[in-house]
Amino acid sequence: MDDTGTVIAFWILSAITVGAALMVAATRNLIHAVVFLIVSFVGVAGLYITLSADFIAVTQVLIYVGAVSILFLFAIVLTPRAGRQNDETFLRLPALVLALLVGATLGFVAIDTDWSIAKRAGFGETASVIGEALLDKYVLPFEIASVLLLVAMLGAIILVRPEGVGGDGDS
Amino acid sequence: MTIHLEHYLLVGAVLFAIGLYLALGKRNFVGVLMGIEMMFNAVNLTFISFSRFVESPNPLSGHVFVVFVITVSAAEAATALALAVLVYRVRETIDVDRIDLLKW
Repeated sequence: MDDTGTVIAFWILSAITVGAALMVAATRNLIHAVVFLIVSFVGVAGLYITLSADFIAVTQVLIYVGAVSILFLFAIVLTPRAGRQNDETFLRLPALVLALLVGATLGFVAIDTDWSIAKRAGFGETASVIGEALLDKYVLPFEIASVLLLVAMLGAIILVRPEGVGGDGDS
Repeated sequence: MTIHLEHYLLVGAVLFAIGLYLALGKRNFVGVLMGIEMMFNAVNLTFISFSRFVESPNPLSGHVFVVFVITVSAAEAATALALAVLVYRVRETIDVDRIDLLKW
């Protein structure tokens, strides 16, 4: 990846992603945290595009930016008296130390390893290949994933159903 | 200045560390879930970058794996947020410090 555009795009998108992630940790307001999380998700989608993963980038925007963050907003709105504070527990310092240690270890491994074998050309368009793989080699996990989504959806509906609404009212 | 695999891996490591800090340190349950989703994103980014840079007989299996990870994480987010709403209904709080019924 030598062309200047990709390099500039990588650095800008990395700065956006990591900066927004840091703001999620730093901001005091939970709604603001969700907004910064959305920015971070969009930054990751941009990084996918620089990795020539077009299908995954679109999926990221659809699922994470479109669906998951809206779920977060709904959960915040549905718990009004729980407060909008985004502060830390008394475990803040151990969490910070552990996160720094894990990040330092992963970063050290990433820098220290010799990645000279890892150079290949980028992909063309990937959607058709992914689709063929999903319906050919990975068809069983694909079907299981659909059942998992169904179970999760039914479970979420049954869990948050108000008492006495629908069914026989014994929930 | 060229971009190599380790640059993406570093971004993934930083994202994972921030997500871990959020998941362990935040007081609000929704904040904890944000950290978990951020860790999912970091792992997905690492999958995609390995798939992009490393030669393999199945070049796009990393992408397929990421599709499954996104599916499972979406299901997880829906179920966990439903649980958060349920806990809020019973306890009037989703502060993980104050959900302590199982604590001696």
